[in-house]
Amino acid sequence: MIRMRRNRRTHRPPIAILVLAAIAVAFFTLPFLGILWRTPWSDAIDVIRDESVRQALWLSILTSVLATAVAIVIGVPLAWVLARVDFRFRNVVRALATLSMVLPPVVGGVALFFSFGRRGLFGQYLYDWFGIRLPFTTAGVVVAQTFVAMPFLVLTVESAFRQFDMRYEDAARSLGAGRWHAFRRITLPTIRPAIIAGLVLAWARALGEFGATITFAGNLPGTTQTMPLATYIALESDPGAALVLSIVLIVISFGVLIGLRDRWLGNPHEVTRS
Amino acid sequence: MRVAGIVGLTLVALAGCGGTDSDVDTLTVFATSSLTEVFARLESEFEAANTDLDVVVSNAASSELARQIIEGAPADVFAAADLMNMDRVSDQIDGSPIVFATNRLQIVTEPGNPRGVTSLDDLADPSLLFVTSDRRVPIGGYTETVLQRAGVSVRPVSYEENVKAILNKVATGEADVGIVFVTDVLAAGSRVTGVVIPDEANVVAQYPMARLNSSDGARRFVDFVTSSTGRAILGEFGFGAP
Repeated sequence: MIRMRRNRRTHRPPIAILVLAAIAVAFFTLPFLGILWRTPWSDAIDVIRDESVRQALWLSILTSVLATAVAIVIGVPLAWVLARVDFRFRNVVRALATLSMVLPPVVGGVALFFSFGRRGLFGQYLYDWFGIRLPFTTAGVVVAQTFVAMPFLVLTVESAFRQFDMRYEDAARSLGAGRWHAFRRITLPTIRPAIIAGLVLAWARALGEFGATITFAGNLPGTTQTMPLATYIALESDPGAALVLSIVLIVISFGVLIGLRDRWLGNPHEVTRS
Repeated sequence: MRVAGIVGLTLVALAGCGGTDSDVDTLTVFATSSLTEVFARLESEFEAANTDLDVVVSNAASSELARQIIEGAPADVFAAADLMNMDRVSDQIDGSPIVFATNRLQIVTEPGNPRGVTSLDDLADPSLLFVTSDRRVPIGGYTETVLQRAGVSVRPVSYEENVKAILNKVATGEADVGIVFVTDVLAAGSRVTGVVIPDEANVVAQYPMARLNSSDGARRFVDFVTSSTGRAILGEFGFGAP
């Protein structure tokens, strides 16, 4: 008798868990329903056709992709160092690298402002010696986005490096493979799901970045007004347009997440693939 | 662990202590950004004379405050920097708005005016980094009017959220020049330098105030601001008579 009951229980999830999970789903879904309900669908086409909206969309995609690229180029090596090299202040460096992830974005923007602004600690030399100005430029937007998004990539990739069994790489090298060759053909392919997951997280964070952007880079259509900024501005006078812009962002983000879902969740069996 | 627990409990208790005193009512005032300093003073003077009221002032651009009020924010009084944004909330106000002060625009530069800006015409220099606000923000609308009248064509490098953001971009040296209210330049003291815009080229900004409900506290506050005491304080901060 007891054994039969136990079997039945393991097939059906506990009610309590289901209820809590349902509440979580509602929590995530209801805000989107709210947007869909209030969106002025008849005006949607006009809003999307507007020059400033297309500028904002193009700017958002350009800057978020660039920010993600920068994050990969300097973030993956950092992740490697944090995972493989044991040095004195490793914990401090790791904390610094991920600090901007927990900081409110506006604080990040203020920090960038007073360090890389025209009169900033380092920015003044960039400006006085090289004539380089970051605030009010698209480059400034990329810097702000990279600052807030890179930690996501670094953390995810570092974790993957740690979990990867070094012996595979050692085996390849003992068979004659060069260091870079072994890394490229053995390690990288194996941790590819983690890199892609980190990449998607970083890109999503960069796309949605608002606080640091408006504080550091400013707000100018065509140069620094990304989709989140355009949505915020539109909210003041034309909530309908703001809703349409929100839908566009949601659709794009949703599309990317769905498209990469297998890589995103990762297949446990893929980890040991070589 | 014990110590952490005791500290934690103490903090929670302290946080709870900041709660409401049942003898004091809260009065929520939404005041536009350019009224930040003067309303802080009006708040303390009013509270001193009305100990049963605790005034809480929220400052932001008039357009932002109007939006919040339309969405149902629980404010008692709204003071804006232009009539347009007050019109937006005409359904939410009790009675009619009163214009309680006026203001004028002024060019603002870094301390010492290093770029030697002397007039509106100088703003057309493309090498000058000029910041303003969106036209729906009061200062943005007024700036557009003033520049159009003077026939000066300027390309801003950024549209900031409110007049204080414009001032701060200039004060920190990030932007070279901006246009703010005379009262903002006064309030910023040595952090900036102001360049006068002659009256003929300037606009007169009208500041309306309205009650958002019929509460006694709101009535008393509006009466105070429009009283001779209130007017004197406004004058001290550089605001003109209505």
